[in-house]
Amino acid sequence: MTEAQRYTATEILAVLSARQLRDGQVVFAGVGIPLLAATLAQRLRCPGLTILFEGGVVGAFVEPGKLPPSTNDQRCTKRANMVLGSADVLLLLQRGYVDVGFMGGAQIDQFGNLNSSFIGDPAAPATRLPGTGGGNDISSLTNMIVAMKHEKRRFVEKVDFITSPGFVRGGTSRRDGGLLAGGMFRVITELAVFGFHDESRRMRVLALNPGVSREEVQDNTGFRLDFNDNMTVTEPPTDHELQTLRTLDPDRLFTA
Amino acid sequence: MLEAQLEPYSRLRENLAGRDRSLRQKVMSLEEAAGFVHDGMKVGIGGSTMSRTPMAMIWEIIRQRRQNLSCSRCIVSTDGDLLFGSGVSNHILTSWFAQGILWGLSKVMRLHVERQGKRYDEWSHMAVGMRFRAGGMGIPFMPMRSMLASDVMGMRPEVKQIDCPFTGEKLLLVPALNPDVALIHVQRCDAYGNAQIDGLQFMDIDLALAANRVILTTERIVSNDQIRRAPDQTKIPFFCVDAVVEVPYGSAPHECYGLYEPMMKHMETYVAQVNADPERGMRDYLERYFYEPESWNDYLALIGLEELLKASQKGRSIYND
Repeated sequence: MTEAQRYTATEILAVLSARQLRDGQVVFAGVGIPLLAATLAQRLRCPGLTILFEGGVVGAFVEPGKLPPSTNDQRCTKRANMVLGSADVLLLLQRGYVDVGFMGGAQIDQFGNLNSSFIGDPAAPATRLPGTGGGNDISSLTNMIVAMKHEKRRFVEKVDFITSPGFVRGGTSRRDGGLLAGGMFRVITELAVFGFHDESRRMRVLALNPGVSREEVQDNTGFRLDFNDNMTVTEPPTDHELQTLRTLDPDRLFTA
Repeated sequence: MLEAQLEPYSRLRENLAGRDRSLRQKVMSLEEAAGFVHDGMKVGIGGSTMSRTPMAMIWEIIRQRRQNLSCSRCIVSTDGDLLFGSGVSNHILTSWFAQGILWGLSKVMRLHVERQGKRYDEWSHMAVGMRFRAGGMGIPFMPMRSMLASDVMGMRPEVKQIDCPFTGEKLLLVPALNPDVALIHVQRCDAYGNAQIDGLQFMDIDLALAANRVILTTERIVSNDQIRRAPDQTKIPFFCVDAVVEVPYGSAPHECYGLYEPMMKHMETYVAQVNADPERGMRDYLERYFYEPESWNDYLALIGLEELLKASQKGRSIYND
């Protein structure tokens, strides 16, 4: 069996995202891959990972095969430490209790800004997307990990609309705009793991996924990518990681 | 714009002073309670996404063909589709608008916003919460640190960015939101409206305090003695509440914590139908499930016993371990 057939694009996304989390962290997770990857990390290496959901959940411990269809469903609360109002759980971000925000993304640009609001001119949009939810709050107030599909139309030079701010226009513009904490930390795709340059705040490749070339990443990206000098190649998902993931999502709700 | 959005403090106080806040029995029917909702009102909706949606009250308002309602909710699901699709609302204020993450974009929302000129005002989730909280606190705004530097802020003429008078830091001020009427569904309350909420409370407490009227629908009405035995469980005090309606399965096909999970088969059928044809699909759905049934129980019968039982089994399983 070749590497490519051992796992799907969304499975490697979930596995590599889970590897970014550290035991003892407090992570605010969105629905879909983030929820799944945070739960995977909790089961694999980080039993002390505290997962927050915007529905008001503190310390979630989602059951295998019972993934919640949103972060506002009762399944999110099973074995949690606490439930709060949704404004209050979001305020924990503002106070600074959260180490990592973890979200999916529809469209991202070179400075890590995310768009989930409009395709085309916001005044007369070609497509009205669902909107921010808690995404804007999470990305404004803490360090972000974004897990998303890697397509040229999703990786653009400049997003049509900044729903959830990354480094805005690069440099110090995020801070200058009033966002004093947090910022983009990692972007994980099925092709590579990305970070952001300390000064320019542009996205750069930190590691290629197994079997992926520089050219493949660049060809699927709508802006010029920098590659880290000491760029590495990520270890492929282990059987243990994949098996645990499949136990969590046996119906392939989020890993189709 | 900003002034027009804000309810003057004097009027908020007058409204409240004029409400009968005595400990009195308020039980009525869905039809009667809908009388508190008038054309053109600002309607706050409790719950979030597919959870504790006051669906029975929305159902009744749609049946009574209200018009021009301005609706606000922290996150909307199919309730947003139905409010736009039925024509009762032309303006929805929320942070996220689709049927659910499992189903991608709502074609109904897209049709009404992209081509029929309806308004979807997008705020961050926390901003919606801060607006209800300011409303509930009787102050004109709340300061916050998100939405800054984003286009979500740029799209909102109602907000003001200031330099903090203490620290000089940039802050965003979001105006209070005091709905004319709030619709909230709970697991249980007494005949006076003392409401107990199990599980996730979302923004319902702030919403109840902020609104000028509150219609409470409840899975069951319990005695005041029972409320008094566990007052720590009471989340909304009776004097906020103007109407109490007992509606079993009042969130169907959405969930009600500890009682039933979302009725996924019905949801999937609904989504497939309206996304295939957001005009005709919605018209047919409304006809069959909203206008034709004689009662809420008839509507539940159309969803079907098997689906209700399955959702109940899953909903109650939260207490099994």
